[in-house]
Amino acid sequence: MGLIEAIILAVLAASTPLLLAATGELVTERSGVLNLGVEGMMIVGAACGFGGAWLSGSVIIGALCGIVAGVLMSLIFALMTLGLAVNQVATGLALTILGIGLSGLIGSRFVGEKISLAPHLYIPGLTDIPLIGRILFGEDAFVYLSLALVAGVWFFLYKTRAGLILRAAGDNHASAHALGYSVLRIRMFAVMFGGACAGLAGAYLPLAYTPFFIPGMTAGRGWIALALVVFASWLPGRLVIGAYLFGAVTILQLHAQGWGVGIPSQLMSALPYLATVIVLVLISRARTGGSTAPAALGTVFVPDR
Amino acid sequence: MQLVLEKRAERSNTIALISPLIAIGLTLVTMSILFAILGKNPISALGVYFIDPLTDSYSLQEIAVKATPLVMIAIGLSLCYLANAWNIGAEGQFLVGAVAGSWLAVKTQGTDAGPWVLPAMMLLAAIGGALYALIPAICKVRFGASEILTSLMLVYVADLLLDYLVRGPWRDPKGFNFPTTAEFDPVAAVPALIEGGRLHLGGVIALVVVAAVAVLLGKTIKGFEIRVVGAAPRAARFGGFNSNQLILLTFAISGALAGLAGIIEVAGPVGHLQPGISPGYGFTAIIVAFLGRLNPVGILIAGLFLALTFIGGEQAQIAMKIPLDVTKVFQGILLFYVLACDSLILYRFKLVFASPKVSSGAH
Amino acid sequence: MKKILIAATAAMLVTGAGLFGASAADKLKVGFIYIGPVGDLGWTYQHDLGRLAMLKELGDRVETTFLENVSEGPDSERSIEQLARAGNKLIFTTSFGYMEPTLKVAKKYPNVHFEHATGYKRDKNMSTYSGRFYEGRYIQGIIAAKMSKSGVLGYIASFPIPEVISGINATMLGAQTINPNIKVKIIWANTWFDPGKEADAAKALIDQGADIIMQHTDSPAAMQVAAERGKLAFGQDSEMIKFGPKAQLTSTMNNWGPYYIERVKAELNGTWKSEDFWGGLKSKIVVMAPYTNMPDDVKKLAMETEAAITEGKLQPFKCPIVGQDGKEVECKGGTHLDDGQVLGMNFYVKGIDEKIPGK
Repeated sequence: MGLIEAIILAVLAASTPLLLAATGELVTERSGVLNLGVEGMMIVGAACGFGGAWLSGSVIIGALCGIVAGVLMSLIFALMTLGLAVNQVATGLALTILGIGLSGLIGSRFVGEKISLAPHLYIPGLTDIPLIGRILFGEDAFVYLSLALVAGVWFFLYKTRAGLILRAAGDNHASAHALGYSVLRIRMFAVMFGGACAGLAGAYLPLAYTPFFIPGMTAGRGWIALALVVFASWLPGRLVIGAYLFGAVTILQLHAQGWGVGIPSQLMSALPYLATVIVLVLISRARTGGSTAPAALGTVFVPDR
Repeated sequence: MQLVLEKRAERSNTIALISPLIAIGLTLVTMSILFAILGKNPISALGVYFIDPLTDSYSLQEIAVKATPLVMIAIGLSLCYLANAWNIGAEGQFLVGAVAGSWLAVKTQGTDAGPWVLPAMMLLAAIGGALYALIPAICKVRFGASEILTSLMLVYVADLLLDYLVRGPWRDPKGFNFPTTAEFDPVAAVPALIEGGRLHLGGVIALVVVAAVAVLLGKTIKGFEIRVVGAAPRAARFGGFNSNQLILLTFAISGALAGLAGIIEVAGPVGHLQPGISPGYGFTAIIVAFLGRLNPVGILIAGLFLALTFIGGEQAQIAMKIPLDVTKVFQGILLFYVLACDSLILYRFKLVFASPKVSSGAH
Repeated sequence: MKKILIAATAAMLVTGAGLFGASAADKLKVGFIYIGPVGDLGWTYQHDLGRLAMLKELGDRVETTFLENVSEGPDSERSIEQLARAGNKLIFTTSFGYMEPTLKVAKKYPNVHFEHATGYKRDKNMSTYSGRFYEGRYIQGIIAAKMSKSGVLGYIASFPIPEVISGINATMLGAQTINPNIKVKIIWANTWFDPGKEADAAKALIDQGADIIMQHTDSPAAMQVAAERGKLAFGQDSEMIKFGPKAQLTSTMNNWGPYYIERVKAELNGTWKSEDFWGGLKSKIVVMAPYTNMPDDVKKLAMETEAAITEGKLQPFKCPIVGQDGKEVECKGGTHLDDGQVLGMNFYVKGIDEKIPGK
């Protein structure tokens, strides 16, 4: 296996949890809701995903447990921000605190346990193709699932009526409401989708990355997912590029050290965040009348009657 | 038939008064159940959380120490939020303030610099925090970039900057490569209020900040502008208020306060600059700001209350062996209840029988 | 809902009754401050195992309390003081960052005894203790050089503090006795604990040609990556064989139990004194996990080396030691580097091509 191929494989795996969580958050934000609790939903997803897989012996059941856990967490958020019109920023932060605590409680039962990792795909013939075979056909299924998910989200947002309505709810909830759509119901589904993706992203870590659960193992990846959505200026296609760029920076920084390149690692680590700010400024500037950001992002909506 | 939320014609003062009580009541019930499931006596557990820390002067001091940075940051944030400017990067401004102030402490270390050092450090920290906060504010007013997201991104940059400095240039030469500066000289340390106690001058500064902002909001035209721009942007435009200018102003003030809180924490309880000087103060303060309903006195109470749950949680770990994770769950639940109940100040529930889609009778 | 309430009330009564029945009045109270969660499978986990081992032996006379996840920032001083105020007479603070706070609290509570792990500041009621982990690393170096086919070792490091640097040097010195041309690639993860990043670092090292993975970070992630890739690895802090049954060669384990037992006994007998304890293989603070996945001759060599170090016949840092710059390091301990030189180690030995970050 060549070094470049190996690096690409590592980048794919490192980017997948980011891409999954960011895809969910992108849909949530497109509906006009800013859920800062991604990290909290992810870590609960990791704990439940591991627990499910450990108890059942099945990676798929583990993944489902992670998804369900993420959805349940997101429902708390939905209840607060949509049902009770509470500020989204404060609720999202509180959700993260709750999630860290809950995951610790749930995970304390599984300390020191180990499961078998999700298997890597092997398709005879295809996976054996030199150079590209392992990359295109030889990672774990979640890697390809995450890409399919982005494609699905793109199709949904831009090619379906429901997607159009969702975007309308995010850009101008008053108009969407006036047209007779239930903004709150749309947003609730969007928040739940975000929770499902975050839960799966969290579960990816113990199921496909490191086969154990340790409290705090998401180590800030939820926050990076939030940054990614902005970096991608809320466009699914750019999200893929962004996630792989983030993953590549992480992995290349490690390789650079192995090669003996002496750049302060903090500078390397800061680059994605600085890039995000710059991208945000550029896209905001390029488009007159504001950015591609959903116009109603983060605002409370209570239907008038 | 369904239950829907409806905006009240005016805020309900009754609910405003009783909502914290309802929230605490709900939390107590929920936590009692949780404690019972965990096999702990709920009554004594809640006593350890809420009552015990209030009964001795040591714990009261610790509550004040813990609340100091939270209150200072949250006060600044409340100005932003009132003006509809969404600064959520206070954590970064806190760190940059700590770095800016520490620069002087490190440079004057071992010299015979006089007592001017600490005030100068505080000034530098406030300026550093303010400038750092102005980055997202300027991106917002100049380019329309979402300040929520840019200010959040800059938190990580600040964190890495601090990390770089204490692992590289500012590292204590005698510190065996551990990532920390040397202990600050006495002239660069925030003095304690009581000999041997941990309560420090920062607590007094926080109180002054609370009072000053209360006056700013209640008695000055700028304060009026801030509130109007946030509550009624259209009216504010007609009134000729410059909302961009207010975004810059409120961001600068909140950045300065966060930066000041940063240096006070470093030069006070910690005593040197190191990574991890903030256990998420900048984010917790956002919650404090909302718990305090963006009102200076409310924030003071909320900050003290949240500090109480930290201290109480620690004492519960000691006295009753209740895991730290339970404290986190407890804090999360409490925050949800308080925020939810406060929502009823502005909204009320109503049973609706007709389908909500049929909205217009006459055109 | 009603059922839950009834259950809760019942539980309340039961546990309430239990509480009044309990008595722990005259037991010695011993407190612990942990940097991570007790379930981190690494550093904190091992300290907690040490606490439990101590309880097993002295449980009838001792009661323990721990605070976990105590950040090294402004909260730590309060946490330590809370333990002192709660009546703990002996308090172990188990991370370097607690040094200044422990010192401050120790001054305030002259009648309480403190023990700070891995630090260098002491007081009349504050001891320090640590492990000579480099002894285990030296053995690892020998095994690694014997087992490596590529001649390249991969080393995942956390932060360039002396404990980590001396570990890298000891590894190289051990390895060079077998293969003078052995190479090491070092990746600084800049974290003690981020399983994902540790796994990424292990992958990067393997991809760059390392076939033996060693780590100075806390989680079993690197072990598991090595296992998955069919490479060999050494565990860290704790027994990690579960995560790499075909990969783990051995593990340098932190075994705090004997020390905790000894110090608590001293406290019980009133013979506690402030000291600087630095124990290795001999005092069983550092313990090697069983030597596995290696041929018998390597195993024999490893065991002989272990025995020699334990008996004091072999010093990992025996002179002459040549630094990276080609100059011989001053030999303050006569035949080997003295403890101060190891505790403050800030140079690489000859044979390491990289530079210490920030230097």
